Amino acid sequence: MVSLAPDAPLTGAAPLTRRSLFRRRSAVPGFGLTLGITLLVLSLIVLIPLSSVAIKAAGMGWPDFAAAAFSTRALDAYRLSFGAALIGAGINGVFGALTAWALVRYRFPGRTLLNGLVDLPFALPTAVAGIALATLYAPNGLFGSALAKAGIKSAYSPLGVVIALTFVGLPFVVRTVEPVLRDLSTDVEEASATLGAGRLQTIARVVAPALIPAWLTGFALAFARGVGEYGSVIFIAGNMPFKTEIAPLLITMQLEQFDYASASAIAVVMLGVSFLLLFLINAIQAWSRRHEG
Amino acid sequence: MAYDRPDAPETDVNAGPAPDLAASNRDAPSRAPTPDASAPAAITLDHVSKQFARFPALRDVALAVQPGELLAVVGPSGSGKTTLLRLIAGLEFPDQGRILFGDEDVTLAKASDRRVGFVFQQYALFKHMSVARNVAFGLDVRRRDRPNRKHRDARVAELLKLVELEGLAKRYPMQLSGGQRQRVALARALAVSPRVLLLDEPFGALDATVRKSLRRELRRIHDATQVTTVFITHDQEEALELADRVVVLNQGRIEQVGVPEEILSRPATAFVAGFVGQANVFDGEVRAEVFEAAGMRLPAEGVADGPAQAYIRADQFALGDAANEDGGGLEVLVRRAPPCTGLVRLEVDLEGRLFEAALPRREGFATPAAGDRLRLKVVGGRVFSSPA
Repeated sequence: MVSLAPDAPLTGAAPLTRRSLFRRRSAVPGFGLTLGITLLVLSLIVLIPLSSVAIKAAGMGWPDFAAAAFSTRALDAYRLSFGAALIGAGINGVFGALTAWALVRYRFPGRTLLNGLVDLPFALPTAVAGIALATLYAPNGLFGSALAKAGIKSAYSPLGVVIALTFVGLPFVVRTVEPVLRDLSTDVEEASATLGAGRLQTIARVVAPALIPAWLTGFALAFARGVGEYGSVIFIAGNMPFKTEIAPLLITMQLEQFDYASASAIAVVMLGVSFLLLFLINAIQAWSRRHEG
Repeated sequence: MAYDRPDAPETDVNAGPAPDLAASNRDAPSRAPTPDASAPAAITLDHVSKQFARFPALRDVALAVQPGELLAVVGPSGSGKTTLLRLIAGLEFPDQGRILFGDEDVTLAKASDRRVGFVFQQYALFKHMSVARNVAFGLDVRRRDRPNRKHRDARVAELLKLVELEGLAKRYPMQLSGGQRQRVALARALAVSPRVLLLDEPFGALDATVRKSLRRELRRIHDATQVTTVFITHDQEEALELADRVVVLNQGRIEQVGVPEEILSRPATAFVAGFVGQANVFDGEVRAEVFEAAGMRLPAEGVADGPAQAYIRADQFALGDAANEDGGGLEVLVRRAPPCTGLVRLEVDLEGRLFEAALPRREGFATPAAGDRLRLKVVGGRVFSSPA
């Protein structure tokens, strides 16, 4: 290790102290400054508000906490929130990847329009989306009546929650997979073809593995968005306790009754589960990137 | 990549007489090895044309690749050499003409059914697979005759030994150098026992030293496997050094096919002389089959009277003898004499015209320095009529 500092002793290697670790010259300076600002902002905006939730919940004592956080009503709400978010992210995982493929690989009339439509769920106030979806899927709505004839209840059922969460999560997978797919050179697909692989084999063995890290990111984002979604769901879900009540709604209701402790308790459970799931997805992603060295 | 494929006029090539390949290779006076009528060529391009949008990439190309030969395709960028290779591989399809592997018409066969090995300039390795999995890929995707694990692993080990990458089987492509990656790509292409091995500027992305050693490697591997090989390069030196025969492409047409020696000493066209020989061009005039330019007289057999150009390679000059002047002497001023090994390469000035001369190093001959005056004579070169 050679120090570039002009006054560095020329004989022997300087001991690599903690100080010199941070003082080392780098072609990309500003590590201390950027990390400092990042930690400050992250603390102010994310960590402190979240920990205040945890502190609030911790003040209740275990029996009260368990009563609030693990009541049957709360458990049903978690199940619905996380379940519907996972299903919605899964649906988006499939169709988002297809959409990205169509946008990147083909040139067709209306492509720019489709490209713009993908982002619309981001821009629309979620309440507007919720009302629109509820109108469509209500038993007398356009889709709802057709589904009702087939014996499927869409709006005001868990299915309605899935529909709403699929809607709000749509852009994530498309927008994360798209750039990676665009950068994936056609060389590797051609190499696969010359080696005798059929089209499906090429997609399964060559294209899909290359997309998995980006796809997982999109999936995780769509899932996280789904877990926290509130505005669009409450219009289409029906909000029946034990059946179609999502966890964020339960928290809101506790807050309206000034029961901040119970609201915090439910929030802490949601935070914990979300963090675990996202951590797990990140771990899978890191594993799938292991060869990138 | 989006392009229009123009509707090609229907040509019933199957019903017609046997393709007249000799005629289309008219520029090659004596082509060796000569195609043997009894043994079909490994690859036959039967008057193949291909057009991209408005731009013709290949025009009426006819070529026969002999079994087991190492054929180089050279040409400037845009000459159609990559298109030629991709047509053979089945990654593009011709607008006109036929492509045969042996007796089998593969014109419309999919790439995956052709059993070709293709090596890309940018390696095109599968990044998420280890070296061993990359090499085994062609075996793993087989739907029929898929070798069992033991056979597959043995084959992979054998190929890694061939390309001298034993011990790197478990690495990932990102952990390898450029030269090593290209070796993996080569092993992967050979794994399927291809009928032909196609290499698209395989050394283009590598530095000079690695290029040189991989060139020799390719020759060794070719000699060991005897697989019919077509490789593309824009480096004429590489083609001449490595190949059994060289095809020179220009603007989608074959200019000349021949053994390296023939391409170099008897270029069929001015383009070949200029591109492959990197020749100096001198403007002059032909009168009665003799080319005349400033201080220069060259035989120009078969060249019509009128303005013409002499293509003289750097190594086709020699030191002239002042005492024994025969009219072929060029009085030149040395402008630059960079240090070098082998031939003494000089940039010289003939009445204001700069050109390169490479003289053999001789005992008792002081290496010229910039500012020296020398007398050179021309000991080769070819004359072509100036383009109209």
